[in-house]
Amino acid sequence: MIQEPFAIGASPLHQTDPRLKIILATAYSFLVAVLQGFPALLTALVLSIALVAVARLDSRALFRRLGLANGLILFLWVLLPFTFPGKPLASIGPFALSLEGVRFCAQITLKSNAIILALIALVATSPIATLGYALHRLHVPAKMVLLLLLTYRYLFVLEQEYERLARAMRMRGFRPQTSLHTYRTYAYLVGMLFVRASARAERVHQAMLCRGFTGRFRTLKTFTLARRDWIWPFAAGCAMSGLIMLEWTTGWH
Amino acid sequence: MHISEGVLSAPVLISGMVLAAAGTGIGFKKMDYNHIPQTGMLAAAFFVGSLIHVPVGPSSVHLVLNGIVGLLLGWAAFPAILVALVLQALFFQYGGITTLGVNTVIMAAPAVICYLLFARLIRGRPAVSLTASFACGFLAVFLSALLVGLALVSTREDFFKVSSLIVVANLPVMIIEGVLTLFCVVFLKKVQPGMLPGNPSFETRAAVNHPAGSSPP
Repeated sequence: MIQEPFAIGASPLHQTDPRLKIILATAYSFLVAVLQGFPALLTALVLSIALVAVARLDSRALFRRLGLANGLILFLWVLLPFTFPGKPLASIGPFALSLEGVRFCAQITLKSNAIILALIALVATSPIATLGYALHRLHVPAKMVLLLLLTYRYLFVLEQEYERLARAMRMRGFRPQTSLHTYRTYAYLVGMLFVRASARAERVHQAMLCRGFTGRFRTLKTFTLARRDWIWPFAAGCAMSGLIMLEWTTGWH
Repeated sequence: MHISEGVLSAPVLISGMVLAAAGTGIGFKKMDYNHIPQTGMLAAAFFVGSLIHVPVGPSSVHLVLNGIVGLLLGWAAFPAILVALVLQALFFQYGGITTLGVNTVIMAAPAVICYLLFARLIRGRPAVSLTASFACGFLAVFLSALLVGLALVSTREDFFKVSSLIVVANLPVMIIEGVLTLFCVVFLKKVQPGMLPGNPSFETRAAVNHPAGSSPP
């Protein structure tokens, strides 16, 4: 259920310093999030697709992710064009399709996909454990990093715990329905998940203290910026200033 | 409940980030290194729990669980939910870097509000406790839906109809969350009352198990 299909690979993006990738992904996401004009947004989408191409990712997993993320966008496409005020473009029965609404939806779709693709190409191409250490080097508070790494570490354990409880329920003939019994059963399942999690946390904590835990995870991993890594900030700088120029010249109406 | 990348305007994104940072800061302040395993493990359980789908008629909804997480973690719900959302963004690309702040506030602020409102009532007489736990689950989702709407309307006022629709459409989810939280509290009271707030072991467990001398810096 929970997988990182993009984390392992041999592309140039997989080999780039994760600190750099986090910084670039953040800057790029924020820039694209504030773009307005269509030429700039389309260029951003093309840039993101180019990044994904450089990362050489499994296209099936990629499309599955995009499909998931576009669910809410689809919901907006159904609603916004009909609820926005503005020049009517066409009408279906009593509903008028507003030009404003369609424009806004198109904007959101382009932005959202450009940002998601860049996030996949830049950030999902590092294992999450590595990202945690990279965040630590980027001076994200130590408690935050520790919490992130611990949660990540036990996510899979608790997923298995959940699978085990769900299997036991099925073995006893549980069939989910719309009934109070079903909801109570799920509530007990969730409750048990929390109880097991809490008890495990206690044991893990004691084990950590026994091993001399002082509030820091140590790692032998060191990050070094290779000379070829410097191409990324340079390319990103050019691309992002290009986008800003494009927005400046064509985006203001 | 979350908002995708690319929908919200810059002022809304920035306010979300500031509020999320403030909430997370308070959460971390109230939590020393001894609490991190508990918080992280419960954040992982929250992540897994929110993948569970329960049937509603012919369709199904996934659990939100921010009410119960608020009860179990108090202010620590802020960092826990933030971390869960980071992992969701990395695993599923639900939300992303720019919306992380807003989405954290959407999920965690109701959790903390419900904690502050209901933590004391939960240990009251059975009738009070049951009502409070239902209200906790219901209100947490209601406030989240309201915050989603607020974020959308602050971006553009034209979002008003969509926002009201989101709140109304989530009504069944609120009821289900209320029922689930009620039974969950009943279960925890029987099985592990120490996890619920107001119980002496809730505040002191970490301190008792690991006296001051052993606590890491």
